[in-house]
Amino acid sequence: MKMDRLRLPAKIALFVVFGVLLFTTAALASGNEAVTKAVASAGAQMAEGATHLGAATGVAWWVWPLVLLFFCFILGIVAVLAGVGGGVLYVPLVSGFFPFHLDFVRGAGLMVALAGALAAGPGLLKRNFASLRLAMPVALIASSCAIVGAYLGMALPTNVVQLCLGGTIMFIAVLLLLSKNTAHPVVTKQDALSMALGMDGAYNDPATGELVQWKTHRTLPGLLLFIIIGVMAGMFGLGAGWANVPVLNLLMGAPLKVAVGTSKFLLSITDTSAAWVYLNKGCVIPLMAIPSIIGLMLGSFVGVRLLAKAKPTFIRYMVIGVLLLSGGKALMKGLGI
Amino acid sequence: MSETMKHNGKASPEQVTYANILFYGAWGGLAVMVVTYVLYVTGIVTPHVPLDQIPLLWSQPVHTYLTLGNVPHGWGWVRLLGKGDFLNFVGIVLLAGMTIVCYLPLIPAFLKRGEKGFALMALAEILVLSLAASGLVSGGGH
Repeated sequence: MKMDRLRLPAKIALFVVFGVLLFTTAALASGNEAVTKAVASAGAQMAEGATHLGAATGVAWWVWPLVLLFFCFILGIVAVLAGVGGGVLYVPLVSGFFPFHLDFVRGAGLMVALAGALAAGPGLLKRNFASLRLAMPVALIASSCAIVGAYLGMALPTNVVQLCLGGTIMFIAVLLLLSKNTAHPVVTKQDALSMALGMDGAYNDPATGELVQWKTHRTLPGLLLFIIIGVMAGMFGLGAGWANVPVLNLLMGAPLKVAVGTSKFLLSITDTSAAWVYLNKGCVIPLMAIPSIIGLMLGSFVGVRLLAKAKPTFIRYMVIGVLLLSGGKALMKGLGI
Repeated sequence: MSETMKHNGKASPEQVTYANILFYGAWGGLAVMVVTYVLYVTGIVTPHVPLDQIPLLWSQPVHTYLTLGNVPHGWGWVRLLGKGDFLNFVGIVLLAGMTIVCYLPLIPAFLKRGEKGFALMALAEILVLSLAASGLVSGGGH
C-alpha cells in the first residue's frame, strides 16, 4: 500500500517528463513556420514548395503520429484530472505547437471530442446521469447552430479564427478559474417550458446512496444560450463541455452530476453535426486524427484510474495556466506576431 | 413518461435502448478505426496520398491539401475505399453516423406513448444531422 503511494507521484512525474520531452520535440520540429508560410504563398510553385518544406523539416512521416499518440495520451490523463474535455485542450495546444494547419486541427479536435462523448454516453445514460429528455431540445438547438459555426469557421480567414479561438480559450481559462458549480442547485419552482418538456428526473447517487430528484428552471434563457454554444463548438472544434456544464448547472439548476453527464452526452450530438461538415470539407486527415483519438481515449482511461489518488486542484490550476498560454499563442498567431 | 418511471432513478426504456445501440456502435466504430489504421500505416493497403507526402500537406490550408493530394471532398472518398487512407473513413463515418442510428428508434417509441412533440424533435434532429452528413449545404473554405 505504502509502495503504491510512493509509486504514484513517480508515475505522474514520469508521464509529465515524457510528455514535456515529446512536446518539446514536436515544438522544435515544427519551428519552421516561416518556410511554411513562404511555401503557402508560392501559388503555382506549391508542389515544389511543399517538397522543399518536407526537406526542411526533415522529420519522417511516422514520427508525427507517434508523437501525437503519446502527446494525446498525456492530454487525456490531464483532461480527466482537470475535469475538462479533451477537445478544449487539444485544439489550442496542437494548433499552437504542432505543424498542422488549423483546418485539420479543428477537424481532428471534433473527432476527438466526439469519440470520447460516444464512448462515455452509454454508461451515463444507463445510470441516469445523462437525461435524454433534458438533452434532446438542447441538442437540436446546439447541433443546428454547430453546423452554422462550422461553416463560419471554414469561411472566415484563418487569422480571424485564430484570434477568436485565442479569445475564447482565454475566456474558458477565466471561466474555469472563477466558476463555482453547485452540486445540488436549489430550484424552487419548475418553469412552464421545463414542465412541458419534462425536464426533471431522478438518479441514484452512488456516493451517498440517495435518490436525488431534480428539475430545471430558467429554461428559455438556457436554451437560447445553446445557440451561442453550438456556434462556438462548430467554429473552433473545441467540444463545448466547458460551456454546457455551467449553463445546465448554474443557470438551469440541474444537479452537477446530471449537468456533467448530460453535457458529455450532448457533445456526442452537437459535435456530430459539426464533424460531418469538417469531414465533407476534407478536414479530417486519418494519419493525424486517429492517433489523436486513440491516444486521448487511452489517456482518459488511465486518468480515471489516477483520479482517486491524484491532486486535481493542482492539475486544474496547471490546465488553466496552459490554456492561458495557448490562448495567448493563438492570439499572437492571429495578429501575425 | 409516467411519474414513477421518471422519478425512481432508473433510466427510461428508450434511454436504455439508445445507450445499448450507442455502446455497440461506438466501440465497434473505434475497433474498425484501429484495424483500418494499422492496415494503412503498415502499408498493407496502399494509400491514395503516399504516407511520406502527407507531412508536406497538413501544414497547408485544406484547399491546398485537396488540390495537391488530389483528394476528393464530400462523399467522394467512397470511390477510393480500396485505398489505405480512405479505408479509415469507414470507422470515422461509423462514429459520426451513430447518433442518427440511435435517434431512429426514438420516433416510434415516443409516438407509442403519444408524445408527438418529442417524436417530432427526434425527427428534426435526424434531418439536421442527415443534412450535415449529406454535404448538400455548402460553405466557404480556406
